Amino acid sequence: MALKLHGIPMSSCTARVLLCLYEKGLQFELLPVDLAAGVHKQQPYLPLNPFGLIPALEDGDFSLFESRAITRYLARKHNDIGTDLLRSNSLNESSIVDTWMEVEAHEFNGPMESIMHQLVRNPILEKPTDEKIIEGEMEKLAKVLDVYEERLSKYKYLAGDYYTMADLHHIPYMLYFMRTTKATVVTARQKVNAWWNDIISRPASIKVSESLKF
Amino acid sequence: MVVKVYGPVAAACPQRVLACLMEIGTEYEIIPVDLQTGEHKKPEFLARQPFGQVPVIYDGDFKLFESRAIIRYLAAKHGGHIGSNLLGRTIEEKALVDQWLEVEAHNFNDLVYTLVFQLVVLPRMGKRGDLALAHSSEQKLEKVLDIYEERLSKSDYLAGNSFTMADLSHLPGIRYLVEDAGMGHLIRGRKHVSAWWDTISSRPAWKKVMHLLN
Repeated sequence: MALKLHGIPMSSCTARVLLCLYEKGLQFELLPVDLAAGVHKQQPYLPLNPFGLIPALEDGDFSLFESRAITRYLARKHNDIGTDLLRSNSLNESSIVDTWMEVEAHEFNGPMESIMHQLVRNPILEKPTDEKIIEGEMEKLAKVLDVYEERLSKYKYLAGDYYTMADLHHIPYMLYFMRTTKATVVTARQKVNAWWNDIISRPASIKVSESLKF
Repeated sequence: MVVKVYGPVAAACPQRVLACLMEIGTEYEIIPVDLQTGEHKKPEFLARQPFGQVPVIYDGDFKLFESRAIIRYLAAKHGGHIGSNLLGRTIEEKALVDQWLEVEAHNFNDLVYTLVFQLVVLPRMGKRGDLALAHSSEQKLEKVLDIYEERLSKSDYLAGNSFTMADLSHLPGIRYLVEDAGMGHLIRGRKHVSAWWDTISSRPAWKKVMHLLN
């Protein structure tokens, strides 16, 4: 039975799952969710994600929400095909992957999300852009990227010398971010920039990049 | 082998790790880190955890940070049968544990952090908290906990009918809300959330963590 992903390609969280599906070479159906009509906040969508957010996954009778839980599920279930995203054959390696997934979720995502809300979402909603917020969040992001620069001077990717889910989870927001004037915070850091250029040139990343348009 | 845990017992993230260690019955040693004097931002500690945060663990030579990555590792490495139950046994069970761990990390944690920071931490430092920000976080948390109430009316615990890492991960945050931030009504005002909190907070492992606080 086919995998069904409820979401839209432009959504960073949906894109996170799409990247995983493409890396694994899995067949799936993307079922668009009409956000403007508030479909995600009502029945019949709510049982799939009671927080009224996208994406949600259906795998036969089983359903799941939270993009980072969905990517883990898909990578774990289909461990032996496509890219080895979780390094599950080694507990130590997979724990380091877990660590840098947590870093993405707790250190990187917060500032990145705030900046993208100011730079991209607010103009669309015809709300003002708060430069003070952008400045504060850019400072936090710069400090995080300093740590990444140090890390990536020792290893090719965040969890070691192999591409993993820890790198993948960064891609959606960065795809948008790198099109803004703030991208210099990445391009100015040699190792981070090289890492970014590497992960964005993967076939799965190119495919998702093409659909992340607004 | 004794697991070394760097961090103060009073802080939420070390408590998450300690709760896990108590559940699986693994020997540990706590090496306190003095957050008040900024020990966690000094070079010696930054060499252990480059983001300057607690906790960090050492299991022999193997070092790990980010509490939610640490608990996964400990359960898998030292947890045996109890550890497997905490993480979920089947692929679907593991996915549901992951889903509710993500809910805690992305829909619950930041709101609790803001509330505790504004209402407890800043006043303790002799500064004034932002009450408007605290109030808006409280209102958002009310909506999140309504969804928890709905979930817990259908299953005894978040990921199903057994206690898992998803429930454990909430223990430190809810304790702060109820006992320090004066937000007990958020829990007590919801029949199923209240019963769930009573059940999970009366587990012997959590009581041992609380004992360490005294």
